[in-house]
Amino acid sequence: MTLVKVENLRVAFGGVTAVDGVSFEIRRGECLALVGESGSGKSVTARTLVGLTGEGARVSADELTFGGQDLTRVRERGWRRIRGGRIGFVLQDALVSLDPLRKVGKEIAEVLAAHTTLSGTARTARVAELLTQVGVPEPELRAGQLPHELSGGLRQRALIATAIAGEPELVIADEPTTALDVTVQAQVLDLLAELKSKDRSLLVISHDLAVVARLADRVAVLKDGRVVEHGPTARVLSQPEHDYTKQLLRAIPAEHTKGTRLSGTGPSPAPPRRAPGEVVVRADGISKSFGGRPAVREVSFALRAGETVGIVGESGSGKTTTARIALGLTEPDAGTVEVRGQSWTGPGRRALRRDVQLVYQDTLAAFDPRYTVAKVLAEALAVAGGPRRLRRERSVELLELVGLGAQHLARRPLHLSGGQRQRVAIARALAPEPGVIVCDEPVSALDVSVQAQVLDLLEDVQRETGVAYLFISHDLGVVYHVCDRVLVMKDGRVVEEGPVETVFRAPSHPYTQELIAAIPRLTAV
Amino acid sequence: MTITSILRLVGWRLLAGVGVLWGAATLTFLVLHFTPGDPAQAIVGGENAAPTPEVIAQVTAEYGLDQPWYLQYLDHLWRIVRGDLGTSYRLHTPVTQAIGEQAAATVELALAAAVIGLALALAVAVATAKRRRWIRGLAAGSELVVASTPTFWLGIVLLTVFSFGLRLFPATGSHGLASLVLPALALALPIAGVLGHVLREALEEVLDEPFIVSARTRGLADLTVRLRHALRHALMPLVTMTGYWVGALLGGAVITETLFTRQGIGRLLISAVNAKDLPVVLGVVLLSAWIYVLVNLVVDLLYLAIDPRLRPVAGVRPVAKGVS
Repeated sequence: MTLVKVENLRVAFGGVTAVDGVSFEIRRGECLALVGESGSGKSVTARTLVGLTGEGARVSADELTFGGQDLTRVRERGWRRIRGGRIGFVLQDALVSLDPLRKVGKEIAEVLAAHTTLSGTARTARVAELLTQVGVPEPELRAGQLPHELSGGLRQRALIATAIAGEPELVIADEPTTALDVTVQAQVLDLLAELKSKDRSLLVISHDLAVVARLADRVAVLKDGRVVEHGPTARVLSQPEHDYTKQLLRAIPAEHTKGTRLSGTGPSPAPPRRAPGEVVVRADGISKSFGGRPAVREVSFALRAGETVGIVGESGSGKTTTARIALGLTEPDAGTVEVRGQSWTGPGRRALRRDVQLVYQDTLAAFDPRYTVAKVLAEALAVAGGPRRLRRERSVELLELVGLGAQHLARRPLHLSGGQRQRVAIARALAPEPGVIVCDEPVSALDVSVQAQVLDLLEDVQRETGVAYLFISHDLGVVYHVCDRVLVMKDGRVVEEGPVETVFRAPSHPYTQELIAAIPRLTAV
Repeated sequence: MTITSILRLVGWRLLAGVGVLWGAATLTFLVLHFTPGDPAQAIVGGENAAPTPEVIAQVTAEYGLDQPWYLQYLDHLWRIVRGDLGTSYRLHTPVTQAIGEQAAATVELALAAAVIGLALALAVAVATAKRRRWIRGLAAGSELVVASTPTFWLGIVLLTVFSFGLRLFPATGSHGLASLVLPALALALPIAGVLGHVLREALEEVLDEPFIVSARTRGLADLTVRLRHALRHALMPLVTMTGYWVGALLGGAVITETLFTRQGIGRLLISAVNAKDLPVVLGVVLLSAWIYVLVNLVVDLLYLAIDPRLRPVAGVRPVAKGVS
């Protein structure tokens, strides 16, 4: 029986079309996934189902019904009964999707107050029940806490509890696991799968095909506001018909993609890599505490020219602190870091700065928004030294190295795409001809096809220049794809290290085994 | 957060406040000490008085004006500690008494203006944030006009329309509620303009946050979302501006009280300045310093009340950001 029917949905903001004739239906007790990259119209479509398309949106559809009710005729009062009561909505990052100043119990009770006739005390009891149902231990205690006092996983569970509190027939989850660590992500996906029942349908929005593989009965792939492919999950993932679906699937870095190029129209092996050279960074027994809390404990590693070493671990495991110590930005309490045999505490530390560069996740925050690309690169080249008259020429060289060109010199960061910005960040890092680039979650904010291009680019640059990468990522597929060796961190310690194939295929530490098992896989279908 | 940590915070702030008052007291001493002319002459009635030498000698001895400066300084501080702010040159009554007599009227005016200003700002901001273009434009325009109108001019307009024209409220005096309405409005409107503008900007920023969308997906009414979820966040910049509007109230009181011929500290200050009645002027300075100390303490406590994340947790130091 059909719960939701969408026929030829169109949404435009001003003159810009966001959704361009999308059709799908969701049957009772079924899970449909809308998959696509940013700008594909997937979130706009989902929000239209609860009448929150956004300011200035023009919505039209041949049919837009929910349980037989025509949603195009619903007024504000009607929407308030549907939202929370008949359709629950889970937004992505619970840290920003729960009111940071209100206790989580109050957020859940708010739904009960709006959609049930329960008394105040009955609501409190029901909140505890709901928290238990979504797998939150000590529900009474947690209900009295603020979102920031909960871990990412518990927070997401609490947010899911707000969505199911009104016992809705449909739960919409928009990127429900994007901000989560891989093991937590697996737990939340399991929880969402449990929510699906014969009376409750699920609509999952994701950019990640692997995430929906374990959850969805059917998948609709969106591109530029249109559904390009639609079918049962297993069929779409194993025998994609549309070129775009094929390209998306190929772009997902994983075990089997190692040694191949991710971007491009067809599969192609990557050119051979260089053999690792001399040691450029050596960390020896580094430890660091913040306010008595150890963040990094006795971490040692060596990084050779032309090599990529990955650091994986959950949030709070000490990855970023390790990177900051390697960059000379944080001084370790104990242990030493040497760059080409020189210590960060030695007299030549200013010169070392040029040798160790950083590319990080937030491509917009990485630049002064008032600078043009030319100015960004000129500044980096000025620090690197070298004659002023060659700067423009050298800037163009750098841009070409990262797949951009002289035409981008006059642009400002805001007017570049996320992928282009990350290319400029890489160009800037390359300006002083460094021995090492620390990449802290360099592709986490990018769409999978853009991520594929940036990962390919990083490999090309390495082949060209022999630069070494210290590569931090929570995405184990990415790490497997790009890294030669990997360090697995937990609670500030390196619990396992070795060549990436060995660690991923035969993990010896239980924590690594847990991590590997939690990776969402397309092959699990 | 424990009671002890709140008390500790209050204690530290009050201690810092004592430092501020000491600075203000020192400043007043320097002013008194380095003002040209004979202080004894000023004390007995200013330049135009013709006291006998005996009177001058008596005053000099009584005020310790023949003592070395450091003894005078310590004496000055000690008097302030005891609550003795000196005697008004003009009124020949203790400064504390002079201020005390006028305080009630000013407090009445300032509180009324604060309540009206805040209520107007809140109502307009909540009603107009993220509304249609012309509604926001109208609100922003009106706010700009009242915020940039000088208090005295606004007062004259109010007097002309509501007192002389419509004869709804009395033009002068400080007795009863009716006489409070116009001066409080004149004082409140510019403040409401500035605060309303700040509050609407803050609200519009908050209303774009994901947790607001999240609240809407629960089926809450728009007004509930604004009042229950958005307003608390938007209050933070308003609290930050408390210093501004308390200053605006104090400064505005001087003008308003003069314009509406009301009693109050503002008028006391004006006449003291005109008569070169230094002890009264300095007494008002000290009082203002003390008000600022208290207001800043209240502001710090308000931050903690609004945003629980700022409250110190016993035994745990806040962990540096970016640690992972």
